[in-house]
Amino acid sequence: MSENAIFRAEGLSKTYPGVKANDNITFSVTEGCIHALLGENGAGKSTLVKTIYGLVRPDEGRMWLGGQAFAPADPHAARAAGVGLVFQHFSLFDAMSVAENIALGLDNPPPRRELAERIATISRDYGLPLNPNRLIADLSAGERQRVEIIRALLGHPRLLIMDEPTSVLTPQEAEILFATLRQLAGAGTSILYISHKLDEIRTHCDRATILRGGRVVDSCNPRDHTARELAAMMVGGEMRDIDRSGRRPGEVLLQVRDLSLAPLSIDGTSLKSLSLDLRAGEVLAIGGVAGNGQEELLSALSGEITSAPGTIALEGQDMSRLGPVARRRAGLLAAPEDRLGHAAVPGFSLVENALLTAAPRQDLAPGGMIRRAAARSFTERVIAEFDVRTPGPDTAASALSGGNLQKFVIGREVLQDPHVLVVNQPTWGVDAGAAAAIRQALLNLAAGGAGVIVISQDLEELLELGDRFCALNEGRLSDPRPTDGLSLDEIGLMLGGAHGMEAAHVAA
Amino acid sequence: MWRLEPRSDAPLIWQFATPVLAVLATMLTGAVLFGLMGYDPFGAIRTIFWDPLFGASAGYSRPQLLVKAGPLILIACGLAVGFRAGIWNIGAEGQFIIGGITGAAVGLAAYPAEGWWIFPAMIVAGAAGGWAWGMIPALLRNWFGASEILVSLMLVYVAEKIAAWMAFGPMRNPEGFGMPGSRNLTQYPSAANPELIAGTGIHWGTIAALIAVVAVWVLISRHLRGLQIRAAGEAPRAARFGGVKPSALVAFCLGLSGALAGLAGLFEAAGPAGQITDGFGVGYGFTAIIVAFLGRLHPVGIVLGGLLMALTYIGGDIAQMMMQLPSATVQVFQGMMLFYLLGFDLLTRYRIRRRPA
Repeated sequence: MSENAIFRAEGLSKTYPGVKANDNITFSVTEGCIHALLGENGAGKSTLVKTIYGLVRPDEGRMWLGGQAFAPADPHAARAAGVGLVFQHFSLFDAMSVAENIALGLDNPPPRRELAERIATISRDYGLPLNPNRLIADLSAGERQRVEIIRALLGHPRLLIMDEPTSVLTPQEAEILFATLRQLAGAGTSILYISHKLDEIRTHCDRATILRGGRVVDSCNPRDHTARELAAMMVGGEMRDIDRSGRRPGEVLLQVRDLSLAPLSIDGTSLKSLSLDLRAGEVLAIGGVAGNGQEELLSALSGEITSAPGTIALEGQDMSRLGPVARRRAGLLAAPEDRLGHAAVPGFSLVENALLTAAPRQDLAPGGMIRRAAARSFTERVIAEFDVRTPGPDTAASALSGGNLQKFVIGREVLQDPHVLVVNQPTWGVDAGAAAAIRQALLNLAAGGAGVIVISQDLEELLELGDRFCALNEGRLSDPRPTDGLSLDEIGLMLGGAHGMEAAHVAA
Repeated sequence: MWRLEPRSDAPLIWQFATPVLAVLATMLTGAVLFGLMGYDPFGAIRTIFWDPLFGASAGYSRPQLLVKAGPLILIACGLAVGFRAGIWNIGAEGQFIIGGITGAAVGLAAYPAEGWWIFPAMIVAGAAGGWAWGMIPALLRNWFGASEILVSLMLVYVAEKIAAWMAFGPMRNPEGFGMPGSRNLTQYPSAANPELIAGTGIHWGTIAALIAVVAVWVLISRHLRGLQIRAAGEAPRAARFGGVKPSALVAFCLGLSGALAGLAGLFEAAGPAGQITDGFGVGYGFTAIIVAFLGRLHPVGIVLGGLLMALTYIGGDIAQMMMQLPSATVQVFQGMMLFYLLGFDLLTRYRIRRRPA
C-alpha cells in the first residue's frame, strides 16, 4: 500500500520545554483514503497537524507528500504543496464577511465576483449552504465551521486535514459531509480526519492511527474494532461506563412560560413562545443545530438578556428581570458554549476566571473586595475535582487545551452547588476521557437533586444524559419526549431533518 | 509586501522595557532633530531632561515637577480605568476645564465670606462638574450608540468656549479693571489651594493624586469591579456573562474619569492657575492619555509616567528660555514618546516579515 501513499511521515519528533509532544511518529496516508487520527487531548494530534501544515518545525524526522520530500516552512508553503486544513478553533475575523474571510485565507484570491461564485458552487456541491455576504460575527459555530471547510476546499488540496469537523452538525448534516468527503476521496484527495467520535470513525474511515502520549500506539482498520476497543487503545485502559442511576424526578424547579426573545444579532434566531418545565433530579436534553436559538436560550436563562416578566421562574420566584449575578445567587447557573471569550476571559488566570462567575455564590468577594485566598482555594478545588491539567491556578485560560478549559468551566459551575444548571455544548471538541468525566459530573449533579438542561448538537450525548428530549428548531421548542426508546432517526426528524439542506446535491 | 506576524513568545520583561526604550528613542530622535535645526543636540537634551532636576535653577523647577505631575497623574488614573474596559475617554481636557469652572464658581459665589466649608464644597463641585461633563458621552453612547471617543473629544472644544465665555462674561473679576479672567482664588484664603509644604510644590491636588493612585490600584487589583472592568476590555461577552451591565460600565468609567479630571481642574483653578481664564485648559487632559499608556494603565506606572511628562513640560520651558528652542518642542517630544511607545509595543507582539507579493 505504501507505494501509493500520498503522505508519509517518518520519525517525526517535537519537544517543547518539559513535554515531548511528538515522539518518533511514523505513519502514511494512502491516496483517496479517509484516514483517522485518534487520541486524547495532549496525545500530540495538534502538534502533528501543525507540523504537516508548516506551523511547527519538527526537531527530527522527515515527511513526503506525493512522493516528494516535504518540509513546509510555513502554512503558505504547505498550502502550495497541496495541504488543506480545517482547524478546530476558527481563525476568522468577526467584523468581515464570509467572502472577505475566505479571500484572506487564500494565497491568490480571485476577483470578488468570481470568488462569490466559486463559494456558491462549492457550498452547493458539498451541501454547505452559506451566504457569502454575511458577517462572521453573526454566524453560529456551525456556520463558521462551514466557512472554514469551504475555504480549505477552494485550494483543491491533495491532503485535507479536518480537525473535528462534525462536532457541530446534526447526524443528517454529518452524513452529507461524509458524502462530500467520500466524493473528494473518490476523486483522489486524501483526508486526515481527527475526531473523538468513535462511531463516526468506525463507519467512515478506512484507516486509523492512534496516538497516545505523543507516540503512535496502534494503527488499524477501525471497522474491525468496536468503539470500546478503540477508546481503550486511545486512553490505554478500559473506558468507564456512565452511571445514570440514582435519579428521581422531584418537584418542578424551573418553569419557562411563553418565552419570546428578539435575536441576539441580525442573523440570529428569535425565540418563539418557548415553554418548558424542569424537575429536580432531571436532565432535560435540548437538541438542534447551532443557530436555531441555542445562544438566545442560554443567554435568556443565564440572565445576560432579560425577558418579559413572568417568563422564567426558579422555584416559584420570577427571574425574568434579574441579571446574571442575582440569578446565580438564587441558584440558576449556566455554562455557555464558547469557552474562550464567553465562558472565560482568555487572558485571565483560572483564579480570575473563577471569580468572574463564582464570586456571588461562593462569597469570594464580600462587599466587592476580593478574598484572594478563598478564590484560590475554590479554583484549586475545581482543578482537583475535575482533573484540569494545568501548571497551576495562575495559568491563563488561553494556555489550557480546549478539553481542560471545558472541564474547568463546567467544574466551576457544578461546584457552586447549583439548583439548576444550563449548559450549551458541554463536550464540544473535548476528548473522550474528559467528555465522559463532564457527562458523569452533570449526571451526579442531577442525582444530587439539581435540575440540568443540556443543550447540544451531539445527539448521542443528549440520549446518554437526558431523561427527556426536545428539539430546538428555528426558535421553537418541540414537546419533550422521554429518551428511552427514542432512536437517532426519530430525533433527526424532530430536528427538521437535514436542516436547510433540502437543496443540497449529493450526487456522485 | 510587508506584513505583521504575531509573535508566539512575548517576554514579560518587554512590558517594562518598552516605556524605557520609548524614552531613550525620543531623546535620540530629539537630539537628531535639534542637531538638524542647528542647536547643540546634547545641550538641548540635557536642558530638557537633566537641568530641571539637577541644573542651576533646579531649586525653582523641582517643585514644579509635582505641580505639573499632580493633575497628570490624577487624570491618568481615571482614564486608565476606562481604557482597561475598552471605554475611550479622549475628552479629559474638557472635563478638566468644566471641573475647574464649577469648582471655582462655588468659591466665587461664596466670596467674600470666609469659612472652612468653602474649599471642600469647591472640591465636590469640581468633581461633580467633571462627572457631569463625562456623563454626556456616556449617556449618548448608551442611548444612541454614539462613539464616546468622538463625543468626548468634541466636548473639549465646547468646554474651551465655555471657559472663554466665563472669563469674559459671568466670572469676570468685577475689580479686574475689565481684564478677562476671574478673581484670583489664591488671594481668597477660604477658596485657595496653597502649597502645603514650602518649596515642594505639594498642594491638595498632589494629595488627591496620591489617594487616586492607591484607590485605583485597589480597584483594579483587589476589587471585583476592577476584575469586571478588565474582563470587559478583554472579552466583553465573558464580562456580560459574569454580570457586567455594559451600559452601567460605560457610565461608571466615563463618570469616574470625568470626576477625577474635574477634580484636577478645580485644584488647578484654585492653586497654580489661580483663576479661570480663556486659556485655562493647557493640555493636561490630552497629555494624561500619554501618561496612562506610558504607565501601562497601572497606577504605579502612571506615577512614573506623570513625573516624566511633567519633566518634559518643565524642561521644554527651560529650553525655550535658555536656548530659544521653539515652543512646539514639548508637544513634539510628547508626541514622539507616544509614537515610540505604541511602535515598540507593536513590535513586541508582532514581527515584521517580508512576503513575496
